[in-house]
Amino acid sequence: MLKGKAWKFPDNISTDHIAPGRLFHLRSNLPEFAKHVLEDADPEFASKVQKGDFVVAGSNFGLGSSREHAPQIIKLSGVSAVIAKSFARIFYRNAINIGLLLLECDTDGIDAQDELEVDVREGVIKNLTKNTEIKFKPLPEVMIKLQQDGGLIEHIKKYGDFQLT
Amino acid sequence: MGQTLAEKIISAHTDGPVKAGDLCIAKVDVTAVQDGTGPLTISEFRKLGIAKPANPERMILFIDHATPSPRKELSNSHMVMRQFAKETGAVLSEGGTGVCHQRLVEQYVNPGEILCGADSHTCTSGALGAFATGMGSTDVAVASALGKTWLKVPQSYKIVVDGALRHGVYAKDLMLYLIGLIGADGATYKALEFTGSTIDNMSMSERFTLANMAVEAGAKCGLFATDEKTFAFLQSRHREYAFKKIQFDEDAEYERVINIDASLVVPMVSCPHTVDNVKPAKDLSDVKINQVFIGSCTNGRIEDLRIAAKILKKQKVHPDVRLIVAPASRDVMMQALREGIIEILTYVGASVIPPGCGPCVGVHAGILGDGEVCLSTQNRNFKGRMGNPEGKIYLSSPAVAAYSAVCGYIADPSEIL
Repeated sequence: MLKGKAWKFPDNISTDHIAPGRLFHLRSNLPEFAKHVLEDADPEFASKVQKGDFVVAGSNFGLGSSREHAPQIIKLSGVSAVIAKSFARIFYRNAINIGLLLLECDTDGIDAQDELEVDVREGVIKNLTKNTEIKFKPLPEVMIKLQQDGGLIEHIKKYGDFQLT
Repeated sequence: MGQTLAEKIISAHTDGPVKAGDLCIAKVDVTAVQDGTGPLTISEFRKLGIAKPANPERMILFIDHATPSPRKELSNSHMVMRQFAKETGAVLSEGGTGVCHQRLVEQYVNPGEILCGADSHTCTSGALGAFATGMGSTDVAVASALGKTWLKVPQSYKIVVDGALRHGVYAKDLMLYLIGLIGADGATYKALEFTGSTIDNMSMSERFTLANMAVEAGAKCGLFATDEKTFAFLQSRHREYAFKKIQFDEDAEYERVINIDASLVVPMVSCPHTVDNVKPAKDLSDVKINQVFIGSCTNGRIEDLRIAAKILKKQKVHPDVRLIVAPASRDVMMQALREGIIEILTYVGASVIPPGCGPCVGVHAGILGDGEVCLSTQNRNFKGRMGNPEGKIYLSSPAVAAYSAVCGYIADPSEIL
């Protein structure tokens, strides 16, 4: 069971919002980069986010560049999951590969600072502030497999090859 | 049932034929990383405990995003890449040789192949009839190590473009028009497959522009059948042996068919801060600009520089505008030198900088000041993209960019071309 506060973001949060190009030199220093995560969408987020909190967004979260540093620094900031209406393709794949949990559902019923509780097994997000429940879309099987193995690198180390099909 | 281009190419890389929606393990011919994603690819690669890439001579490491290096941290990242290339036999494309996507089509990718690149604009090579898709560092590390990757075969959208483009209208305008039509996530997970008489008549340079921006509609790739233009391009690069006929079947199943009448497309501009926020250039004459950037993997080819030089010749860049030009590769720069284009552009006031990605990706050589406005031929205008979240980025063709550099505001070049 995951529990934390919601940080609300709009549609089309790009990897430039999450991991800005002007901090390109911090890509080799992810803990330092994480201090700037999502800075161009909400300058206060990085300093105020608490371990276990949720990033909650609209559609097409993570569009843009293939930079895997984007999901990496969200994970490093202590966020337990990103909840969005939809995700951009490369970001989605990257997040699963590195073990950042993504949940897809209608997020209109979640406001900033709402207290959320996520039951991953049951596929339910409980909004404790509003006393409502939202079902999220189950992850595709291939993604569940990768996640259970601890990401893509661990999957390959375990089997010496892909064991997905 | 016939096959789409995506189904056809992926089927040739798996054990048996695949169709859209199938999950498969596909052989990967080429992998690519750049200096923003390469160091992380290398550290993930090393975690696998595999000494060398499956095909070292077909794993290409490009130094293009931050070159010549503006900071010691980035210089150190470049050293990591050089060292890896030395140790494993992977190919290093050193700083100054060009932007990875331009270099990939010039030298490294062949029709019918699968390319996985740790850069979202890897889809550019789709114009050569290659299944080329952007992935993250970890995926590319594994694809490089094993010579294969997992793929979900995408559904395809057939983009049928017919008719003649108007004078002063280019592939860039067509692509901005299409993205405006379907939205920045209008083709998420899909393959865009371009066809029709307009596409048949287009130069390879223009096809690269279309394929390059497929990802701006969320697509996994942008694909083209191969033809005599593909052959002529490969021949111009002394690689005609690599030509292969790739064509979709007439009875292939497309999830959606989008028909576009090319004659209706006008010079288009993407407005801040999303690529799908498009408007006709002629409606934006109240937008004053501080900087114009002509370059990038989208529009930094010789054809683009010729258009810019044609418009700028005998004119001067507006005194309130800084014009920056970056040829997409060293070969493009050499050709532009031979044709006198660099001289023209420099004379009229451009800063011509070495081939690379710097201004587009906000690393160096063209970072915007607070509140400044840039009109760029690149592919993305996200907030902060050019190094400052207080800057505003508009996107256009090289023709609109060059004419606007003269006017000092966003201007439609149709009237002077």
